[in-house]
Amino acid sequence: MALGQPILPLEVRDLMVEIGGRRVLDRVSLTIAGQGTTVVLGPNGAGKSVLLRTLHGLVKPVAGEMRWNGRPFGPDVLSRQALVFQRPLLLRRSVVGNLVFALRPRGLARGERQRRLAAILARFALEALADRPARGLSGGEQQRVALARALVLEPELLLLDEPTASLDPAATLVIEDLLRRTAAEGTHLLLVTHDVAQARRLADRVIFLHGGRVLEEAPASVFFTRPATREAFLCLAGELPT
Amino acid sequence: MKPSLSGLFLLLCAATPVQAGERYFVLQSTTSVQNSGLLEHILPLFTAQTGIQVRVVAVGTGQALYHARNGDGDAVLVHDPEAERAFVREGFGVLRCEVARNDFVLVGPRNDPAGIRGLDDVVDAFRRIAHSRALFVSRGDDSGTHRREQALWRQAGIELGVADTSWYRQVGSGMTATLTIAANLSAYTLTDRASFLAFSHRRELEELVRGDPRLENLYAIALVNPERHPRVRFAEARSFRDWLVSPEGQAAIAAFRLGDERAFTPAARCDADTGSRR
Amino acid sequence: MDELTTAFVGAAALILGADPALLEIVALSLLVSLSAVTIAALLGLPLGAVLAALRFPGRRVMIVAVNALMGLPPVVVGLFIYLLLSNSGPLGALGLLYTPSAMVIAQTVLVMPIVVALAHELLSSLHEEYDELFRSLGLRPAAVLATLLWEGRFGLVTVLLAGFGRAIAEVGAVMIVGGNIAHLTRVMTTAIALETAKGEIAQALALGLVLLVLAFTVNLLVALFRQAAMRLAYG
Ligand SMILES: Nc1ncnc2c1ncn2[C@@H]1O[C@H](COP(=O)(O)OP(=O)(O)OP(=O)(O)O)[C@@H](O)[C@H]1O
Ligand SMILES: [Mg+2]
Repeated sequence: MALGQPILPLEVRDLMVEIGGRRVLDRVSLTIAGQGTTVVLGPNGAGKSVLLRTLHGLVKPVAGEMRWNGRPFGPDVLSRQALVFQRPLLLRRSVVGNLVFALRPRGLARGERQRRLAAILARFALEALADRPARGLSGGEQQRVALARALVLEPELLLLDEPTASLDPAATLVIEDLLRRTAAEGTHLLLVTHDVAQARRLADRVIFLHGGRVLEEAPASVFFTRPATREAFLCLAGELPT
Repeated sequence: MKPSLSGLFLLLCAATPVQAGERYFVLQSTTSVQNSGLLEHILPLFTAQTGIQVRVVAVGTGQALYHARNGDGDAVLVHDPEAERAFVREGFGVLRCEVARNDFVLVGPRNDPAGIRGLDDVVDAFRRIAHSRALFVSRGDDSGTHRREQALWRQAGIELGVADTSWYRQVGSGMTATLTIAANLSAYTLTDRASFLAFSHRRELEELVRGDPRLENLYAIALVNPERHPRVRFAEARSFRDWLVSPEGQAAIAAFRLGDERAFTPAARCDADTGSRR
Repeated sequence: MDELTTAFVGAAALILGADPALLEIVALSLLVSLSAVTIAALLGLPLGAVLAALRFPGRRVMIVAVNALMGLPPVVVGLFIYLLLSNSGPLGALGLLYTPSAMVIAQTVLVMPIVVALAHELLSSLHEEYDELFRSLGLRPAAVLATLLWEGRFGLVTVLLAGFGRAIAEVGAVMIVGGNIAHLTRVMTTAIALETAKGEIAQALALGLVLLVLAFTVNLLVALFRQAAMRLAYG
């Protein structure tokens, strides 16, 4: 594994984010520890994407603190995370080219790089597509490549922003399967989703975000059976758009 | 950016096909001697005899002299005696020689609204044009022809730009373009004979005044002073000047014809006062 | 219309007859303009990428300046380069005036703002699209610039074609710094200007048609090349 110490557990205290003078995260506190999958649920505009981007260092909070295993956010923390965007954002080169592109800033030895590429292509069943131009693939295939590009970095924490939002059910199940195996191998997943059914299938813990605030943070079994807030209840009942 | 800078240098070198040892000089010439075809006629003869290439930059007389003052070019071949003498007097040029002559022609529409046909006094003709407010097209480009035309207006006592001069059109163009405009506007204009002979729509304009000594058009060469600009190719330029005034050069000029007319008359005469460099 | 017909016939004769004088002029036109575009690309594309991807003081001023310089009249560029290269100017000792090199320099100056401005435009939108990915992967600025240029390569070819179009078509700058010297610095456009000045309108038009054919051929070749390359990159 890359240099340095683990970045989990993550402790977030009273995080505040403002965009264009508007508060979009309001005193957000949460903890992410150990293995498993944490799902972030919440209606449109709740601040889910902003939360992920803040944890990834793409948005600067105006107040509050993030402690990554006791340390503040920095390049070493970033290098142990990976983010899968809602759109695949593949570059105009081959599938392998995209994976190599992600690895290059890590400055790995050639042998290590080859080992990771071979492993990830095999696991994602991408060998046949390896030399195909990435932007010519189908949406599902592209999202699979985007996930492979994140996992080839062997992150300790994988952030995912609605990775299956634009995929059909079959492609969604393929991705979910890959995610389950990834979590089982020890990478912590922090998954933003709209899909309550998907959350039920994957979540170990749930963070329920609403209006920029964390309304609930609970084990999945508790959240899905006995939501503590009216908003979460309505969300699960499908009456709030999620 | 190291590699791209050296690449840049390579490109610059590649783009300059200068053979080592080639003998040449740059001649700043007035356009009429190039556009009429005179240079194309005589330069191969000179090159065949001497092996020296002449690189001709054809511009207006004013611009040619300006370039030469900057040391850009090794000789000038122009037609404005007054400006040429100033060029020599101020130390920029040496060894001026007159090499050829022809004349300026006052041309105009066949219906001749100013009634100048057959006059032998060009200044009088200019005055009549101004008083009848007939259209006159001027080069307006500080060329030798333009300078001569302005001198004639001065001699005629016409102050352009004071009274209403809507009849006077400065076009800022070369001789052929100016002749074309004059033909289209049925206007008068002053032209050198070679350009008029080479002008393809000549029938639309008529030669109305000729033969006044004030219409003499003298072409002269002068060399750029190597004491002022040490990098000039003085020897090559000097051989061209010497060739032009030699019997061969003069014969070459005399042999050049446009249609069946001789466009330039040989006229070799070197200034006496340029003995500073032998 | 007589002259138009003569022009078309003359152009056909020039092209079909592979007139050696014409070939010489065409070759020099291509050499000068392609050299200028190459240099402008080597310097201008990275600069466009810098303006698109990096944030530094003076960036906005530079963008405005580059956009304004796109409209620079060739004659003004020619005069400026003339004053630099003149024997009385600061770079006179190089002896470049009235050489093809001087023409390359002038056209480079002329083309550079177009290359920088259009590259900036194109790469800005790419940068907007990929910025968060680059930051997520921890790319250093140099890597960001290189990636943008590579991702934009197909669009940048069009940018360079626009620059080439300006270079091959301009007459004012090369006329002044090249001097339109026969067999040395005479290119298509200055030859056209000369024929016009001589009143040989049909010949001038014929040369103009040859220039058109030339520009068309270059564009066609590049388009074909680009299409083939894109098929490789996008499938
Ligand atoms: N770049 C931005 N500029 C302006 N406002 C923004 C920006 N990004 C987010 N916001 C605002 O912040 C709030 C939270 O946005 P965010 O994208 O995090 O919502 P979300 O929970 O991900 O919603 P969705 O489910 O629709 O993706 C919204 O009100 C949004 O308008
Ligand atoms: Mg979102």
